Amino acid sequence: MKDLIRVFKNGLLDENPTFRMVLGTCPTLAITTAASNGIGMGLAATFVLVFSNLVISLLRKMIPDEIRIPAFIVVIATFVTIVQLVIKAYLPALDESLGLFIPLIVVNCIIFARAEAFAFKNPPLPSIADGLGMGLGFTWAITFISSVREIFGAGTWFGMQVMPESYIPMGILVRPAGGFIIFGLAIVLMNAVMPKKA
Amino acid sequence: MLSDILVVMIGAIFVNNFVMSRFLGICPFLGVSKKLETAFGMGMAVTFVMAIASLVSYLVNAFILIPLDMEYLQTIAFILVIAVLVQIVEMALKKMVPSLYQALGVYLPLITTNCAVLGVAQLNVTEGYGLILSVVNGIASALGYTLAICLFAGIRERLAIGNLPKWMEGFPGALIAAGLMAVAFNGFSGLI
Repeated sequence: MKDLIRVFKNGLLDENPTFRMVLGTCPTLAITTAASNGIGMGLAATFVLVFSNLVISLLRKMIPDEIRIPAFIVVIATFVTIVQLVIKAYLPALDESLGLFIPLIVVNCIIFARAEAFAFKNPPLPSIADGLGMGLGFTWAITFISSVREIFGAGTWFGMQVMPESYIPMGILVRPAGGFIIFGLAIVLMNAVMPKKA
Repeated sequence: MLSDILVVMIGAIFVNNFVMSRFLGICPFLGVSKKLETAFGMGMAVTFVMAIASLVSYLVNAFILIPLDMEYLQTIAFILVIAVLVQIVEMALKKMVPSLYQALGVYLPLITTNCAVLGVAQLNVTEGYGLILSVVNGIASALGYTLAICLFAGIRERLAIGNLPKWMEGFPGALIAAGLMAVAFNGFSGLI
């Protein structure tokens, strides 16, 4: 149990996929213009990550080493297709705003990296914990970035007006350039609050 | 028709640049842009694969998935096509054009997980491009990608010898430089 919590916490903070390993950067920059997108994308990726970790961990003794990459791709793509169809059916607004980036969860390198580095070598239970930790670590990171961009770039948070009427939104933050800059500053902040362990 | 091709090309290279405005292929953009030479190699490898991937994914979609009414399998089909394609291209180059293989070799396997390739395949479908426009879009997007990664590598070579504050070293400094580059690319947005 203690081990599971340690594995879970590892993804959430110490080895946060976004701020520490700088993986999965495309969605981190592209869809973080509104906080609701951040949560939606994060949870969709978490779902895929947990289940692909579980399945790959269960199959780890059956998949030959040489063809493990195509095998990972098929497993991951299956769960992405499930997520894609579910979102399209039940959350059409989210589907609209995430657009291309839902199918692109397939090539999100966080999921690949965890399959290769963790799930392929560990039993199912820790793999689920790892998937959850990494997924939620990704979720809070992109929700944080998208909150900053939405609050200062549009004056709203989850669509609600939070800045006073007189506040003039910094439009650049919701444009592509703002994505890069806020991501860079967020890494700086993370390193300052929680210095890297040597 | 010609004007269509031109609009798609300008759009893909400048206005909707894959890196600077669509945010596709950011991992290799940050990963292999420390030196101009490697950045150019990566750009060329991506161009090569994206041109073929646009063609093949169009054919798979039009002649296999649509007739069989299986469009919902697009994601799986495309990623498999790309993975297979990268493998075949790698083997073919090794055998037939060893000099090109020497130059691109290390970057080819990385391309399977480059979301720009899968992205262009999906975009061609959502935009409803035909065969020619799909291939043009693939090549032009990849050239835009090459342009962005080479410019960025040039900036990073300078950043590396520059005197940055400690907290800016590494990713933060690179990301902020990329942000400033995106501001410049923003200026293209009124072009078409």
